[in-house]
Amino acid sequence: MADQPPESGQDFEQTLGASDTSVAEFKDRPHSALSRVQHLLHGNPTLVPIIVLAVAIVAFGFIAGERFFTPFNMTLIMQQVSIIGILAAAQSLVIITAGIDLSVAAIMVLVSVVTGKLAVDYGVPTGFALIIGFAVGIAAGLMNGLLVTRVKLPPFIVTLGTWNIFFALNLWLSGAQSIRSQDIDATASGLKFFGTNIILGSARLTYGTILMVVIFLVLWYVMNKTAWGRHVYMIGDDKEAAEMAGIRTDRTLVQVYMVAGFICAIGAWASIGRVGAISPQSFYEGNLSSITAVVIGGISLFGGRGSILGALFGALIVGVFESGLRLAGVDVLWQVFATGWLIIIAVAIDQWIREVST
Amino acid sequence: MTKTLKIALMGGIAALAMGTAAQAQETTACLITKTDTNPFFVMMREGATEAAEAAGINLLTYAGAIDGDVEAQVAAVETCIAAGASGILITPSDSRALAPVVGQAREAGLLVIALDTPFEPADTADATFATDNFLAGELIGKWAAATMGDTSGARIAMLDLNASEVSVDYLRNNGFLQGFGIDIMDPTDIGDETDERIVGNDVTNGNEEGGRTAMENLLQLDPNVNVVYTINEPAAAGAYEALRAFGLEDQALIVSVDGGCPGVQNVAEGVIGATSMQFPLLMASLGMDAIVQYAKDGSLPENTPGLDFFNTGVMLVTDQPVDGVESITSVEALELCWG
Repeated sequence: MADQPPESGQDFEQTLGASDTSVAEFKDRPHSALSRVQHLLHGNPTLVPIIVLAVAIVAFGFIAGERFFTPFNMTLIMQQVSIIGILAAAQSLVIITAGIDLSVAAIMVLVSVVTGKLAVDYGVPTGFALIIGFAVGIAAGLMNGLLVTRVKLPPFIVTLGTWNIFFALNLWLSGAQSIRSQDIDATASGLKFFGTNIILGSARLTYGTILMVVIFLVLWYVMNKTAWGRHVYMIGDDKEAAEMAGIRTDRTLVQVYMVAGFICAIGAWASIGRVGAISPQSFYEGNLSSITAVVIGGISLFGGRGSILGALFGALIVGVFESGLRLAGVDVLWQVFATGWLIIIAVAIDQWIREVST
Repeated sequence: MTKTLKIALMGGIAALAMGTAAQAQETTACLITKTDTNPFFVMMREGATEAAEAAGINLLTYAGAIDGDVEAQVAAVETCIAAGASGILITPSDSRALAPVVGQAREAGLLVIALDTPFEPADTADATFATDNFLAGELIGKWAAATMGDTSGARIAMLDLNASEVSVDYLRNNGFLQGFGIDIMDPTDIGDETDERIVGNDVTNGNEEGGRTAMENLLQLDPNVNVVYTINEPAAAGAYEALRAFGLEDQALIVSVDGGCPGVQNVAEGVIGATSMQFPLLMASLGMDAIVQYAKDGSLPENTPGLDFFNTGVMLVTDQPVDGVESITSVEALELCWG
């Protein structure tokens, strides 16, 4: 601004000197502390669940007494959330595509019944029975995926339907009767592999707990470091834009549901180790518990945002709350009450964080 | 018209008339269960079918898709009224919500008998044929106390059904406590007792997964648990898994209620110490007999003295019998178990 336009310029150029010379720019609003937090959380979606988890552990350490904050109890919580955690891994994949999968737990229980019936009642070798179980899980996912992409039904409706279908099949195959732990030990003890304990001091990890963590780490890698993973995020963010960018969205979506089905089938194997028996009546509301974990983990129900690892922290938060309240001697119904508030608060925080981008 | 044709026609008319008469005399009864997959209800249907065949009456059966499917049961009752049935046997999915439609059925002259699950109030139906769940709890409580001998060192874990505290849940829970020799407070409430020997209550949803988690939680409160009450046998199997994972399976007596075949098998193998067996087949066959009687002369079934329902019996199953509690062995029970 300081330089005078050259004298030699034409008349109409003389006025240039008075014009604004700054380039197009974003308004730099003064940042309040709150909006800085909002931006930080927007960039790091797993930060909220990590903070909540840490605060909850410390708080319950005070409230529930010393029994809570022991390696034994911490690893017990991990054991108790391991199956819902694995279902939440499958669920978060689908939710990142802006879908929802109400059939995850039904797929898992169906697979465990198929595998158990084959291995225990029909004497099929355990490994072969497991492979058939995996195939059933993947096929169930394929069915969900095709109904969503080919028949173009909303995922909620598709999986509401298949939840009931898979549950009915499970009751039909099992006769609503459990396969006893002792019968599994006698004929197909390999089905209980993931129930094996690793004892480190007073801590007790099971292979099932480690499996849950490994599933999350592998999925985290796939979602963040591979093209396929980024495509899944893009589809959830804006399906049409993803399509215009050359992503074969329908094919990827079908794959997502198939991977979810496969993870549920792995969960089925782990659940036999965890529960001991094969129980057709267990995990009836496991689908809702998995959605709870995903939502509390900061993964947006609107798709495209949130880290897979969030679901792991979400599952652990629910486990910590339940364990802490129980050790503090609080009635069961208040555990349910607390979980309800956690869901609402988590989604409210998610909505608030999303305002950054609007 | 030739003579033969005339005879044939008359014969035809006579046959038709007789057919209608037979139709009018045929009695129809309905069985409406919560679901048709649970082995308990499958056994019930078997009992009803056998009794109906024996009495030569027509049986219609209906069931909800899942436990709690009230709408399907309402539709089934309406169908039975329309079919002109003499009576309905029903295990209500909701003790209160079905009252209006049951009222319609009784107004239309049908005998309505609740099986297994009483209505609230019980006189919503003409009669209730059910297990005495309080007695079922009491038997296993007495057995556990007698097996322990000195109960002053008892550390009791109570594994209940769910947060709703429905009647079967509090009846079995409090029956067990009374049988064990613990003073119960409110007979319709769970967990209000102050006896120091009770470690705590947790819920299982009546399945293995819930049983295991609940047992782990109560072991966290007190690792010395030595008596475990469970609402049913799947929950008991889960509790045993938790104890086994902690290496504590020999320290605790597990008692339960139901009489399903996997549960009885668990008694035989020492997983469950004792269980109270219910008799769904008997509920249905006795109920069917009552409907036949009602259709014949209009007489109503009577309740067991002292109870507001007809007790279809409960039997303790154990391989370690104790004095003062009548019981049968697991071998005998395997002949009677359902599922």
